[in-house]
Amino acid sequence: MAAVQWRSSGRSYDAELQRCRPEFAPVEFGDYHPLKAITVTDSKTRRGARKGSTSSSCSSSSSSVPPDPLSSLMDGTDPLSMFAAAETPAITHSVSAGDLGRKKREKEEEAVGADFEPWSLRRGEILARFTTTEKLSINLFMGSDRGKDPSPGSSAVSEKVRTRLEELDDLEEGSQRELLNLSQQDYANRIEELNQSLKEAWSSDQKVKALKIVIQCSKLLSDTSVIQFYPSKFVLITDILDTFGRLVFDRIWTMCSDPRTLPESFTVDDVNDTAKETCLNWFFKIASIRELLPRLYVEAAILKCNRFLNKSGIQETLPRLTAMIRGIGDPLVAAYARAYLCRVGIEVAPQLKDSLNRNFFDLLGSLRQISSESVQNQLVLQRVEVPEYLTLYSPAINWILQCIAYRAPEPLLMEMMERCKKLGNNALLLNSVMRAFRAEFVAARATDFIGMIKDCDEAGFPKHLLFGSLGRSVACADPPEPERLTILNEAWKVVTKVRSPQDYINCAEIWVEFTCRHFTKREVNTVLADIIKHMTPDRAFEDAYPQLQSVIRKVLTYFHDFSVLFSMERFLPFLDMFQKDSVRVEVCRSIMEVFIKHQVEPTRDPVILNAMLHICKTMHDSVNALTLEDEKRSLSLLIIGFIRMVSFGRDFEQQLSFCVEARASFCNLEAVLVQLIHTVNTLAMETSSVMRGSHSRKTAAFVRACAAYSFITVPSLSSIFSRLSLYLLSGQVALANQCLSQADAFLKAAVSLLPEVPRSISVEGKLRSSESFLLDFINNFLSTLLVVPDHPEHGVLYLVRGLLNMVQDYTWEESGDAKVRVYISALPLLAAMSQETYLYSIPKVDSNETLYGGDPKFLSEINKLCETLIGQVLDHLKTLGRDEQSARRQAAMAFSLFGVLLAHGDLRNNKLSQLFVNLWNLSHKHGHCETRVSVRTLEFLKHQSQQADMSHLSEAVQRLALQTRT
Amino acid sequence: MSVTLDIRLKRANKVYHEGEVVAGVILLVCKEALQHHGISLSMEGLVNLQLSSKSVGVFEAFYNSVKPIQLISSNIEVAKAGKIPGGRTEIPFEFPLTTKGNKVLYETYHGVFVNIQYMLRCDMKRSLLAKDLSRSCEFIVHSQPQKAKVVRTPVSFTITPDTLQNSKERSTLPKFLVRGNLDATNCVISQPLTGEVVVENSDVPIKSIELQLVRVETCGCAEGYARDATEIQNIQIAEGDVCHGLPIPIYMVFPRLFICPTLETTNFKVEFEVNVVMMLHDDHLITENFPLKLCRV
Repeated sequence: MAAVQWRSSGRSYDAELQRCRPEFAPVEFGDYHPLKAITVTDSKTRRGARKGSTSSSCSSSSSSVPPDPLSSLMDGTDPLSMFAAAETPAITHSVSAGDLGRKKREKEEEAVGADFEPWSLRRGEILARFTTTEKLSINLFMGSDRGKDPSPGSSAVSEKVRTRLEELDDLEEGSQRELLNLSQQDYANRIEELNQSLKEAWSSDQKVKALKIVIQCSKLLSDTSVIQFYPSKFVLITDILDTFGRLVFDRIWTMCSDPRTLPESFTVDDVNDTAKETCLNWFFKIASIRELLPRLYVEAAILKCNRFLNKSGIQETLPRLTAMIRGIGDPLVAAYARAYLCRVGIEVAPQLKDSLNRNFFDLLGSLRQISSESVQNQLVLQRVEVPEYLTLYSPAINWILQCIAYRAPEPLLMEMMERCKKLGNNALLLNSVMRAFRAEFVAARATDFIGMIKDCDEAGFPKHLLFGSLGRSVACADPPEPERLTILNEAWKVVTKVRSPQDYINCAEIWVEFTCRHFTKREVNTVLADIIKHMTPDRAFEDAYPQLQSVIRKVLTYFHDFSVLFSMERFLPFLDMFQKDSVRVEVCRSIMEVFIKHQVEPTRDPVILNAMLHICKTMHDSVNALTLEDEKRSLSLLIIGFIRMVSFGRDFEQQLSFCVEARASFCNLEAVLVQLIHTVNTLAMETSSVMRGSHSRKTAAFVRACAAYSFITVPSLSSIFSRLSLYLLSGQVALANQCLSQADAFLKAAVSLLPEVPRSISVEGKLRSSESFLLDFINNFLSTLLVVPDHPEHGVLYLVRGLLNMVQDYTWEESGDAKVRVYISALPLLAAMSQETYLYSIPKVDSNETLYGGDPKFLSEINKLCETLIGQVLDHLKTLGRDEQSARRQAAMAFSLFGVLLAHGDLRNNKLSQLFVNLWNLSHKHGHCETRVSVRTLEFLKHQSQQADMSHLSEAVQRLALQTRT
Repeated sequence: MSVTLDIRLKRANKVYHEGEVVAGVILLVCKEALQHHGISLSMEGLVNLQLSSKSVGVFEAFYNSVKPIQLISSNIEVAKAGKIPGGRTEIPFEFPLTTKGNKVLYETYHGVFVNIQYMLRCDMKRSLLAKDLSRSCEFIVHSQPQKAKVVRTPVSFTITPDTLQNSKERSTLPKFLVRGNLDATNCVISQPLTGEVVVENSDVPIKSIELQLVRVETCGCAEGYARDATEIQNIQIAEGDVCHGLPIPIYMVFPRLFICPTLETTNFKVEFEVNVVMMLHDDHLITENFPLKLCRV
């Protein structure tokens, strides 16, 4: 075994570097350079294209600039933009028959413009807002329409009519189904069921049944029991009506598109007779519906079908239906019927504004009905307060006003306002006006509006709602500058008097935005203080977390300067109101997100630091055993973001003490601790660079303190690899700062940690072998060891031996070569150590080269170590040779040892040279060596042997035979 | 072996006027060739009169007058006995819609006691073993437009407890005042009945206001007749306690088939009326009746 004698080849690193440096070939300017040419033309074309093309596709028209090889290859237009260009007209002009209905609908929404808030948005809002816990009932009386049938009990009815009648009776068996005691959810489900059965009936060609379902549903709208639920009921039922309208329209549409699809802008002349007749039939059928409300709703639902019959149909129908609504006695039912009519009207014929206005004026006329006896009786019966009742109107009136106000000229809006004024400033109307009219319009007249609100009588509509609506408008549009403060004062005077905390916060939340937008921290602070005052009694804040959160969000959108934000006295107390953990963390998180996004410069402001620490601590404290990994990661990221923003400039000690504090605060989040260690290491290096490498006594002590910080922080991490790498990194930092004993301690700690490395670790949730990570680390570690001077009290190469011992004792995977690979990679280190001057060194740190000064004892010590290692490797190679399967591994190991010998061994030594040749042969024995690598290695050897003082190689080269392929 | 027989008229709405030609096709769809003993097509227009049960006993004397009156009748042979090839066969036909003598083609009308109906009937005779096939199809006749100009004759009305005829209850009635007007009582059938009604005031809330369209059918002759009024349709125009002083539109589309221009012949009469019916919350029913004269222009 001891047959091998190691001699490291002496290296002159400088000379090698000189040799390896490529010949200097100056590049003249103006020379053709392929990369350069491309970048230049590329930027040119891009600029040209951007300038030239007004279309949305930006990669077109580059063909005009010939030099760009890429674009000329594409022949001017790249396929993507061509495709995009081809698609746009395709969408607008030809509509495939399949998704005809959908496209049509999209089209219509377009007709009104994107800035028109569509009904679909309102829908959900209404459903969420108007709820009830009372029991509802659905009264479906499917057979009821028999009475309306034109010729009851006649024997002379035509056969067709009779069969149809029978069919109807069969369908529902004249059933009056009354479903009682439905909860709100049940009710919605029932309605949805009806919607489904409508579709089914339609698709199974039972058109009459479909119509009956629709009639029955719209009849439900005349029922105002459980009045709080009425708006939601309206939403649910009009969904069915919409479905029906769509079905009818699409059916007639397909009847006309027999030979070819009807164009989007078809006229009456394009419609064939059969389709017209069918359409007419529908209208006759609907005209004979007995009850007013269903007749109205169903006709409105198929309003669009008028286009099949004549040009002016819609234009004539809308005013007629508008007038028809006057027949509805209940003002609420009428208001919603108007809303539906407006909705259908603006969808089908947005240009017909007149009937919208008519609707509104009629509505104004009928508002006095609210105080009529029958309505009042009903309210008493249902135990509904007037203010609550009035709010039920808002969705309908808002919608109508929105339709009217949409792109309406200013004078019209003024006229509307005047009309409202005339009606004694009806609060309900005023509210809707503020909601529906353009925010700019309202904001410009905010003072007027405040006056009007004040004039409203207190009994009806709650004033805080009015101020809420006003607040919404002034928050999105700016009222005139000089009035702003008065507006805020006037509004807040009312808001602050609102008794119910829920009402208060709903209103205050809206006004916070206005305050933040136009005023300084002083006013915002006052507002926050007021909110705290209102919400604290009886822990009212517990029910208002969403609103309070929104307050914070609004403040954060307008105040990005955190020194200002935290100097608001009431901001932190405001945060204290979030006492439910999940909400509190949510709020802290949103603050942190804003901080990270908007805090550009590092800060040392004690106000910010304190507050942020407090916030981060809150987030950190929410972490417990049940916290998800992802949650932890995102929290850590936020906290890290904060830590990176803290800088005390040249006051390094302050920074370190901040890190100490942070460590105490965030001990549960590992990622944060890792970041802290990095911060402290950076701090040490910064100190060093400030001192230009030579520490004074004071800075030396500080740097040692940094090292100590890292040293005691690292063990608290649980991930073994972050511990290892941080030990190594901190060791390097300590070395760089001439803290030798600290560096020693770090490296020693790393070495003694090695046995604890588990065989497998989980990476992204999957269990992986840790071997490759460990090998990487050890190689990294080895390269550091070159510059670590030996400890005077310990033996020569104490750390290297220690590491190798650990490697020896580590329980490697049975079937792997990892251990031997470590041995092989330790050889270059040892070879490097035996050089007279080392490849690299750390300024102001004496490495072993100077300590030992090339002492032969030291060298022989190294050589002995190498021999042991090579012996180990050879032993391993022997065991590998025992069976066939491991032959490939044997060849690979042998070849890598061969490589190390070639690079670092002194091959003038006979024995080593013999081993060299043997290894070559061993690696080629079973033909597992890659021929290309072998050939190149041989070429390299030949090249090397021609160098001066390398002639000994040529002899060895002759003995290396390339394996011929058989 | 299945075969379907159908009559398809050329006009989608199946409406014809006197003097026009009723054209269409007989559609035969069968899988295999079909043997038959002749296909014939007939057109017939009939007035069916019927006596209401309450007047049956009284008027048996002039039973004659209740016999169906034939307005038009003609028959053609479409195909002689033979074979029809499998698949879809269309046989076009045309009937001139003209009457013999001085008979008038009344407009199609489906009523209770009077029915005016025009039918096409196609019969296919087949061998003894197979059933004869028959298919009939109604088509609609609209009478010739009236030459004279329609005088619309609008009416306005006021309803108060004092204007009511039933004087017994007058004292128990609550106070109310309803004004209104109909734009025309001489109505054109294809145009809706329009008008307005305004509830000026009412002590008792109103439950509902409805328009009731009524037909008045008279059968008989000079010796005696039966006159019956029945409802055609009822349309609600106001529901609940409507806003006082606000005009509520009266609007009713005349239904098809169940309506025809007002008709007066020697044997029968068809007339129409409209009732404005107001229901009060205390279940008082107040009706105002307006005879209508319908015509076609």
